[in-house]
Amino acid sequence: MTATRTANAGWRQEERELFLGLYGEMTRIRRFEELIQSLFLKGEVYGTTHLYSGQEAVAVGVSSALDERDRVAGTYRGHGHALAQGVGASELLDEMLGRATGINGGRSGSMNVTSMRHGYMGSYGIVGGSIAAATGAAMAVRRQGGVAVAYFGDGATNQGYFFECLNFAHVFRLPVLFVCENNLYMEYTLTEAVSGGDILSRSVSLGVPAEQVDGMEVWSVREAAGRAVERARAGEGPTLLEAQTYRFVGHSRSDPARYRPAGELERWRERDPLVLTRARLEREGVEPAALDAIESAVADELEAARERGLAAPWPDPATLPPEFAEQLGDRASASTGAAR
Amino acid sequence: MSALEFRTAIRDALDAELDRDENVIVFGEDVAVAGGVFAVTPGLHDRYGDGRVFDTPISELAMAGAAYGAAVCGMRPVLEIMFGDFLPLAMDSLVNQAAKFLFLDGEHGCPLVIRCVVGAGGRFGAIHSQMPVSWLHGIPGVKLVAPSTPADAYGLMRAAIQDDNPVVFFEHKRLYSTRGPALPAGGGALLPLGRAAVVRAGSDVTIVSVMKGVHDSLAAAETLAAQGVEAEVIDLRTIRPLDVETIVASVTKTSRLVVVEEGPLTGGWAGETIARVVEHALGDLDDAWRIATPDGPVPYSPPLEDAFLPGAERIAAEILERR
Repeated sequence: MTATRTANAGWRQEERELFLGLYGEMTRIRRFEELIQSLFLKGEVYGTTHLYSGQEAVAVGVSSALDERDRVAGTYRGHGHALAQGVGASELLDEMLGRATGINGGRSGSMNVTSMRHGYMGSYGIVGGSIAAATGAAMAVRRQGGVAVAYFGDGATNQGYFFECLNFAHVFRLPVLFVCENNLYMEYTLTEAVSGGDILSRSVSLGVPAEQVDGMEVWSVREAAGRAVERARAGEGPTLLEAQTYRFVGHSRSDPARYRPAGELERWRERDPLVLTRARLEREGVEPAALDAIESAVADELEAARERGLAAPWPDPATLPPEFAEQLGDRASASTGAAR
Repeated sequence: MSALEFRTAIRDALDAELDRDENVIVFGEDVAVAGGVFAVTPGLHDRYGDGRVFDTPISELAMAGAAYGAAVCGMRPVLEIMFGDFLPLAMDSLVNQAAKFLFLDGEHGCPLVIRCVVGAGGRFGAIHSQMPVSWLHGIPGVKLVAPSTPADAYGLMRAAIQDDNPVVFFEHKRLYSTRGPALPAGGGALLPLGRAAVVRAGSDVTIVSVMKGVHDSLAAAETLAAQGVEAEVIDLRTIRPLDVETIVASVTKTSRLVVVEEGPLTGGWAGETIARVVEHALGDLDDAWRIATPDGPVPYSPPLEDAFLPGAERIAAEILERR
């Protein structure tokens, strides 16, 4: 594969700098997820969480191939998708903490984050919803040369959204990058056990060219995404990337992932995207001290965010209805009490 | 002169909005080249081309989801879901995404319109004749528009497209061929969503309805007038938001309220309407009731379907009976 060819070629100075930056972004996502987990266990983060740990190279590699014309639709495992689009760790953390300073003022929580100024349409709590969202976004942003990215898991490839939207995007040659993050499991079940055929051939049969990419290698993801984006911007339509990846944690906060065969997690951990990127950067001549400095800068950033977040104000329920409830224009409701 | 057909009024409104704003797009099954299975959209594809008016595959999940995605990224999609009976396929993105986007994002709205053909009386049977209003009535963030006349359809459609959040626009299949006065040169007025119209003044009873039910109510009012009962008829035009003020003002005068809903009695908007009026004007009410369809599927055979629907005769008879 192309990834091998790249791996054998040495990185130029600007590539070293680029991937050093991406290493920082991936590290921030991992540490962010660890922070969320610890705050969840302390009762500071509510409901449920779906952590991105292990899949960082996918979002970071894809976002590195995008620009401000583009839009991204993530999944409920979406903290990484949002952070990779440039959403600040502090404003995202505050959202998880339910604070007024959260990116959506505490209305969204973990599974429903939006930030249009970062080109982030949302994290979608319905499996496959992101596929349609990006398909529609592509109809809008193609007018300015933009592309839309849909992240979804292997489980979503059994949803109607997958089949309908790939066909739809093909028919209208929409500039969509369908990124299937194949982490093997749909919730607690092995996806292969409940699927016919395979993801690539499903995509190709719907007219959407598809390729597999090593989802643990950020440079491979970036390169594949770059090709697909180029294709989309040239008006050649959608592409599907199946990023082979793995989550190092359970499906959600309550899942100990006992369904994994012995040794599987350990084997994937050997291909931890942070470990692979760090090793590659060192091979390319980057000083370990420079990598250590990035890691400690991220740790400092998140510690500061944690302290700020836990001290941040709560949203005031009284501010919610007039600002964000349905714009009813309901004449009687607006004047309740006065009318009678 | 009764010149303007209901379906043409909708077409003219789409035309005016496509012309006004290049972000408006119209799509659905058979809407472009064929001009729509109910002939509502002829000529739009010729005028605006593939980029603005286009035919889609039969993929309601994709169509509705894509309409949502396009809307939050700057377009104003007008999606036709051919029969309202197919709306369940489009519900996920409407309920879980479009309706909540303004709330979650806090800044940007989701300007999309879903048009659909609804209602019985066309001998289409149980699954092409339903009134899907009550499926959608409980979704905060989605406005429900239900016009009864060509001029209203024009003004409400333009307002729906200009609204910054999701609107479902119901087109009753038995109104498509009805006619009304031609629009003034340059098009008719926009009608604000959420405002009802008193379409007949009266002092003895208030009849509230929408769409085809307004015509049935007006016909019933004529029958009643011949017997000395003057009915006030209110056309809600918009089911959500509900113009409670106009109904309360009428009930204050008549003290009797009947809500005529083509749709299942249980869980319908007629019940909600009465609840809202009771909350505001219980002391003014001497009687309030619903006339709706039975809690069962729409039958096919003409005598069965006709008996199923609330018509002018039943409305007049019940009002006289409860006098």
